[in-house]
This record gives sequence, structure tokens and C-alpha cells, in this order.
Amino acid sequence: MTDRKQITEEMRALMARATRGRGEFEDLVIVPLFATVAALILGALTMLATNVDPATIGRSYIALLQGSVGSVNALSETLTAAAPLVLAGLGLALGFRAGLFNIGAEGQVLMGGLAAVIVGFSFPGLPAVLLLPMCLVAGALAGAAYASIAGYLRAATGAHEVITTIMLNLSSYRILDYMLRQPWVQREGRADPVSKSVPDAAELPRLLDWLDPNLRVHAGIFLVLAAVAFVWWLLFRTRIGFEFRASGENPDAARYAGMRAKLIIVVAMATAGAFAGLAGANQVLGVLGRATPGFSAGIGFDAIAVALLGRSHPVGVLLAGLLFGALEAGGRQMQVDAGVSIDLIGIIQALIIVFIAAPLLVRAIFPWGFRKDRRAKP
Amino acid sequence: MKSLKPKLLAPALLAALALTAAAPATAFTACQVTDTGGIDDNSFNQTAWKGVLDAQAQLGVEGRFLESQAETDYEANINSLLGGACDVIITVGFLLGDATKAAAEANPAQKFSIVDFAYDPTIPNVLGQVYATDQAAFMAGYLSAGMSQTGIVGTFGGINIPPVTIFMDGFAAGVAHYNAAKGTSVQVLGWNPATREGLFTNNFESLDDGRAFAQNLYDEGADIVLPVAGPVGLGSAALADELGVDKLRIVGVDADLYLTDPEKGHVYLTSIMKNMDATVLQVIDMAMKDTFAGGVIVGTLESGGVGLAPFHDAESAIPDDLKAELEAIRKGIIDGSIKIGM
Repeated sequence: MTDRKQITEEMRALMARATRGRGEFEDLVIVPLFATVAALILGALTMLATNVDPATIGRSYIALLQGSVGSVNALSETLTAAAPLVLAGLGLALGFRAGLFNIGAEGQVLMGGLAAVIVGFSFPGLPAVLLLPMCLVAGALAGAAYASIAGYLRAATGAHEVITTIMLNLSSYRILDYMLRQPWVQREGRADPVSKSVPDAAELPRLLDWLDPNLRVHAGIFLVLAAVAFVWWLLFRTRIGFEFRASGENPDAARYAGMRAKLIIVVAMATAGAFAGLAGANQVLGVLGRATPGFSAGIGFDAIAVALLGRSHPVGVLLAGLLFGALEAGGRQMQVDAGVSIDLIGIIQALIIVFIAAPLLVRAIFPWGFRKDRRAKP
Repeated sequence: MKSLKPKLLAPALLAALALTAAAPATAFTACQVTDTGGIDDNSFNQTAWKGVLDAQAQLGVEGRFLESQAETDYEANINSLLGGACDVIITVGFLLGDATKAAAEANPAQKFSIVDFAYDPTIPNVLGQVYATDQAAFMAGYLSAGMSQTGIVGTFGGINIPPVTIFMDGFAAGVAHYNAAKGTSVQVLGWNPATREGLFTNNFESLDDGRAFAQNLYDEGADIVLPVAGPVGLGSAALADELGVDKLRIVGVDADLYLTDPEKGHVYLTSIMKNMDATVLQVIDMAMKDTFAGGVIVGTLESGGVGLAPFHDAESAIPDDLKAELEAIRKGIIDGSIKIGM
């Protein structure tokens, strides 16, 4: 009797894999949704434990909602914060699919942003139609080049990419510091490391400044949407994408099938780096207009969480990035309205990751969300 | 799903918005955006925030703050305080200069004040708060030169920006003044006022860096170190605490660190106080009384905007002659007979 049960079980699993339906929906939407709910509840308990009274907790969650989706400005801030996270997250997701655990997005973001700034201020006379794409391409190329160092080391020597990308992150901080002190990069009249500003023609245009000059949402969101579509196409509709996924799932099988494993590693890392570089370019061209030592602000690390939360699926990454962007924008409002520490948002984000990383835990806490999966069996 | 979300949330949001709109017209509100060190850094941001707390106690205003966790937060944080909730927005730190300027120009009706930045030309709705910190640092330099056993003192900064280097300039000038007066040759490590180069941690957060930089200076022979990097200096204090004050003493900055860092109070020779709390309070008072106007207010030794903290535990170690000379220097700086020179 267990045999029979096992067979149905396996059949169901096979079916779930073959038909992208309920199973994927649960993975992509329901698990993260419940993880978020559980994290918010635990966040409230954390606040209670630190002597925040219930009224303030209620007020802070209302502020979280208001600050993330409650007004045009809130939506604009959410999208502004989400854009670089989604871009870098897409790159990381690609790497994860190919079995590469790339920790180096932070360094790739920095290199991409730096390259975009340098190209931007070096050609001040060019029109926007030319200069802006040039800056973006420079950012992507710099990110790709920086990431392929780790890819090459892995392919040629077997050096693990986790170690090399961490090292490259640390190197990137120093490279940035050094570059920002070069007289041709540093802003005139400043002794601290800050680059020249990019000309208006290199900036990603703000979309809603005719409505209110404080709205920061910029054309980077179109870049994000295009990138999501591109990654989806690349992963699921192209040969190279299939090779990425095959190498990630089973490197040996991929090799026997005639795939060039080493080349795939380098190409996958470079593509991942290109997206992280774009994220950096998006920040300097859309938000900051210049480069400073801290301009990446941990985007590359948050993007790891975004990619994991999005289950390395382009649409999942988009949703996860929006969630993290909303948490960031809403977290600010939480601090203003309720005086709750911004660190609490960090705790909630961490809790979400914990629950995402343990889907079984989420399924155990919220069994009714997965009813079909469990009860449809004989 | 994306298009559904706002629709579902709309009623709840409307209710929430109505709640905030219906709230009674609140007291005068002063809002502050900190720099990346955090509001509880025992030093720079905390002193500025104390000004708002003082205003809460003395003037009955309401205070709010937003911590910047990264440089990318500056503009976003200022933005989230806009929209009429704040009567005056005070940004804390030179690095917020660009973001404050942009926000002030886009919102000419909003009153702004910024610590450590003076705009040239001035912006009508921004009041800058700057400090002649070199005056107090000059005294600290003179004192340190007089107290050093090894004949070497050290300093390092957070980032090479004017509000940081002005401490180091004053400190070095004070040591030079001591050398000229006494015919000694006490050395200053970590800052060269002529080339404008020196030791910088390039952040205002890492206590580890504070420890490592102080260790390096100590290894080079310095027995008194002036860290000008907000909370980073707490790491230097931890090292001095372990080594003992006969080996290494620290000169604090911004606040009287003997009081804000009481666990390690004994390692501080003195502190170069930059009384941002006093000027922040003054700005809030001006904004309340409608005497607010764009421009600059400068804190000096004379106005009490800067000063040297009491010696506390180091009191008995400092010779009376040196104390008397310091008092004479203080008077000399105020009456202009001693020029610090920039």
C-alpha cells in the first residue's frame, strides 16, 4: 500500500514539474506572502518585547503601508528603491540558476556605477539619446568584466566563486576610493572622495517631476521591466539559458550532453555581473548623479535576498524587489510617524528570508494556504 | 495582481489618511535627518539631536528624526519629511549639503537648517550652522603637546571634508604654537595642514577602524590621539582603555565624551566640544519666533558655540601652569591676538 502511495506521490511531483501551475504559483506567491505575514507578526512581537506599546505598533504598521503604497510619493519611493534591487537580483538569479553562488553583486554594482559616471561626465556635449545608452552600456560592461574575473578563476582554477567574489567586493571598495581621488574623476574644489556630477543628458529622466519636483521615480523602471522580460526569455526560451539551467541542476549531465561547462560558468557570471552593473548605473544616473564611496548602500547584498525570495525566477525577483523597495520606503515613514527604529525593518526583512528559506515551516504554520496540495489526495 | 493591489488597499489607506488629517493641529514640529553615524553615536548626531530634545523640553516643540543608513538615504529621508508635517527640517552634516540644497530650492516655503554647511550664495530658506572648531582644537593641540611624554601626538579623520579637517588644522596649529613658545619639537602624525593630506577612515561608522588607526598611531609613538570621526573614536577609546592612560589618551570631539561615553570616561584628556545642541536650539527658537532667515550662524569660543570640555579625571594630571597658559590662549583667540590662520 505504501508502494502505491509512493507512486502517486512521485507522479504528482512529476506532474508538478511538468506543468507550471499551482506548484509554481505556491512557490512564487503563496510562500513569500505567508512568510511576509509571519515576519510582520514576529516583528510586532519584537517591538512588544522592546517596550513599544501596542498603539505605536499599530501606528507603525499603518505608516509602513502609507509610506510604501499610500500616496503617489510613496509609490514613487517604493519604485525608486526597488529598481536597483530587481536589476541586481535578476543577475544573481541567473547565476543561481547556473549553480553559481555569486556574492559579488556589491562589487559589480560599484564598478558598474563608477563606469557609468565616468562615461557620463567625460562626454558632456553629447545628446541624451546617445549619452544615456552609452552610460548604461558602460555600466553593464564594467559589471560584466568585474564578475567574469571570478567566473574565469572558477573555470580555470576551480577557485570557488563565493570566496573570490567576496574578495572582489573588498577590492572594489578600495578601487572606488582610489578612483574617486584621481584628479580627473574627483569633483573640483573637494578634498573628499566624490566624483564629478554627470550632465543632465546622462541622467535617467524623472517621470513625474511635472507633478511634484520631489517625486524621484525615474526611467530606470522601464529598464527594470525590460530586464525582467529579457531574463525570462534568456532563461526559458534560449539555448544558452537552457545550458545555464542544465549546468546548475546537474553539471555532470550537462557535460556529458556536450555543454562547455567552463564557458558557461564565465558567460553566466558575466551576464550576472552585467545586471549588477546596470543596477549601479541605475543608481548613479537615476538617483545620485555622482559616485561617492557609499553609493551602493548594500544593494548587492540585499539583492541576494531578493533573488532567493524570488526563487530565482524573473517574475519572482520583480515581486520580491518591489516588496523590499516597499519595506525600505515604508520603513522611513515608520520612523517618522511612530518613532520606531529603522533597524526594525532590517529585522523584518531578515525574518522574511528565514521563513522563505524554510518553506516547510511556512507550510506548517499556515496549512490552509496549501489546501489543494494536501487534501486532493485519496 | 499588481493592478489589484492598490484598489484593495485604497479604502484602508483613505481611512488612514483621514485619521492623520483629522489629528489636532499639533505643536511646532522640528524634524532632523541624521548622517550615517546614527542618532546614538555619543558624538556628532547625538549632540545635534540633543538640541531638538532641549527644544522639546524648553520650547514645547515636537521633535522627529530620521536616521540615514547610507548616503543614498539623504534625499529620500528629506523627501519623506516634506509635505507640511515639519515646521523646520534640520539636516545634520556636510555630506547632506547637496541633498539639502536641492530640497530647499524645490520647496521654497519650507524652512531648512543644516549643520556644518554654509551656502555661497546663501539660499533664502536655509540657515547654515558652522563652527570655528579650530579655535577649540587649537587649545586641545596646545594641551596635548604639553602633556605628551613621547613628543608625538596623532590624529585621524573620518572623511577629508572641511568640518573634519578644521579640527585637525586647529590641533596641528595648537601644537605648532606650543613648539614655538617652548622651543620643543612635538610632532603631529596623521595630518599635514600644508598638503591637506592625512589619515582618514573614509567612514563615520566603523569602531574597528577607530581601534586600528589609533593602534597604528600608537605604534608610531603617539601617546595622545585625536580621532575626528564621530563614533569611530569610541574604538580608539577602547584601545586606550586596554593600554592604560599612561600609554595612550584620547581627545574627544563634538560632545564632552567623558559624559556621553562614561564607561571609558577616564581615557579622555579633554574633548573639543562643538555645541551643535546650542545652535540647533537657537535655530528652532528663531523658526518659532519668525526671526528665521537664510544665511549662516557661526559658533565660536566667544559665543560658546565651541569650547574645550572640563578635564574631569585628567584634572590632577595636568600641571597648573599649563592650565593657566590655556586660559591665556582662550582669551588671546577671543580678542584676536592669537591668529590660528587658515
